[in-house]
Amino acid sequence: MEIPLTIKETQEGLIKKKFSAVQLVDAYLARIEKFDKDINSFLTLSEEMAYLQAKEVDKKIEELGEAAFDKNPLLGVVVAHKDLFLTKGLRTTAASKVLENFVPVYSATVVKRLEDAGAITLGKTNCDAWAHGASGENSDFGSTKNPWQKEYVPGGSSSGSAAAISAQFSLIATGTDTGGSIRQPANFCGIVGFKPTYGVVPRYGVIAMASSLDSVGHFGMTVDDVEKVFEVTKGEDERDSTVKNIRSNKSNSKIKIGIPKEYFIKGLDSEVEKSVKEAADIFKSQGIELVNISLPHTKYAISVYYIVQPAEVSSNLGRYDGIRYGKNRDSFGDEAKRRIMLGTYVLSAGYYDAYYLKAQKVRSKIIEDFEDAFNKVDAIIAPVSPTPAFKLGEKAEDPLQMYLADVLTAAANVAGIPGLAIPSGFSSKGLPLGFQLMGARFSEPTLFKLGKLYQRTVGWKPKIAFQ
Amino acid sequence: MSKISKKDVEHVAKLAKLKITDSEINKFSKQLSEIISYVKELDKADTSNTDPTSQTIGLENVSRQDNKNLENVLSQDEALSGTETDHNGYFVVDAVFQPTNE
Repeated sequence: MEIPLTIKETQEGLIKKKFSAVQLVDAYLARIEKFDKDINSFLTLSEEMAYLQAKEVDKKIEELGEAAFDKNPLLGVVVAHKDLFLTKGLRTTAASKVLENFVPVYSATVVKRLEDAGAITLGKTNCDAWAHGASGENSDFGSTKNPWQKEYVPGGSSSGSAAAISAQFSLIATGTDTGGSIRQPANFCGIVGFKPTYGVVPRYGVIAMASSLDSVGHFGMTVDDVEKVFEVTKGEDERDSTVKNIRSNKSNSKIKIGIPKEYFIKGLDSEVEKSVKEAADIFKSQGIELVNISLPHTKYAISVYYIVQPAEVSSNLGRYDGIRYGKNRDSFGDEAKRRIMLGTYVLSAGYYDAYYLKAQKVRSKIIEDFEDAFNKVDAIIAPVSPTPAFKLGEKAEDPLQMYLADVLTAAANVAGIPGLAIPSGFSSKGLPLGFQLMGARFSEPTLFKLGKLYQRTVGWKPKIAFQ
Repeated sequence: MSKISKKDVEHVAKLAKLKITDSEINKFSKQLSEIISYVKELDKADTSNTDPTSQTIGLENVSRQDNKNLENVLSQDEALSGTETDHNGYFVVDAVFQPTNE
């Protein structure tokens, strides 16, 4: 059977009996079996659970027909979870040896919400250990490869989730974005990646990296699919006191998009720059006004990020003592050790004011920049990464160079605003290109509206990396 | 360049309860120094009239109904299911105090 590329195609196929949910699971697992030994996108498969859920889907459709989709908007949608999301009874490792044998006794809110909406859980995806990285190479279980060209990285930290979508191992996948960990791998793999506003999607049951920056998002082939998943994952959760319901966001009838000059930095790949400008012109052709804007503190975002984030990492990883679950602290890999020590240093007596407090103040400056910009424009268009995917091993030995890969994504996390990474084409080497839209806090409806407008205007057809 | 000395590395590793080897100390001292030197660029930003930001959602004192919800409670077996060292329903930990011969 031909595997459908969108939620709509999947659900139409199910209702018209072109295929059953069980056959869908067969087809995805067959592709994984055949190709994933070269990609390494999955750490654990949940075949048994997937077939149970698929049978349930087929039963519901048999009994209720089309009405089955009303209560279960994601009925029959196959999902893979980044291995940071706790899944009851299914091993969850954070791609770290510390949790190599950890089987959670409860599921993350997002996992539960997706299952309640009718999604089928296929397995757990590889990532940089504890989500520390921009290439997938920090996984304790081996690097994930970019499905488009296997000598290139898929991006990170949500490396396996992004690779799994572009290799058609799953229809949707979850991820976390602390400094770009959804948008950048989506960009490197040629798919749609969505980072919501900080505090809009519950983080209960998701292994914490940096708590003032972490947001829970996901990947799909189209903006439409990503929006459908967000409708299910968002909203208050009594188990997470940092979640706020999205306010109704009336988008202006005359939308303006800002082009921030600070994002077109020295060292920006010329093909990346050209693709972002072309995407901006697509919006212009649809009557959207483009406005040149300035976000003067952008250059400091990466430094703010690499103080605040390791500080919070050192605190969150303090809980891994090997007593209640997991192995002891000797099992941490190099990158986790580096961040724990960096964080401990910037928080330690005598250095707190110079580093952490200073970073929190500059963070306010970055937020002010965005607030000023969003008084003038409804969204901002920018590159996601200075270059397309880089080669495996290229930055692995130089932590600072790897950290700088987050230079165009970290500001959105520092400010807590949403970002949507959208593919736009390919470089001359055949690597995916794309752009990101950022909006004010809670402006998801505007971002989705613009994303759909773009994909409709260019007649976007989802592309998988190989047949 | 801001320098994180080998002594600094040993100190923070101890604070963070990480065991590191001599060769790691050399490596981390160099790498952490490079990173710290880079982020020091923040000194150039004028923040004399700026308050720090610790969170961006703006929520305070969030509470929920104090309902008894068994879904939110782990059984003793579930709570202990991740450990390899339990005894009579308790986690086993290393002794904090060492016995003396007195």
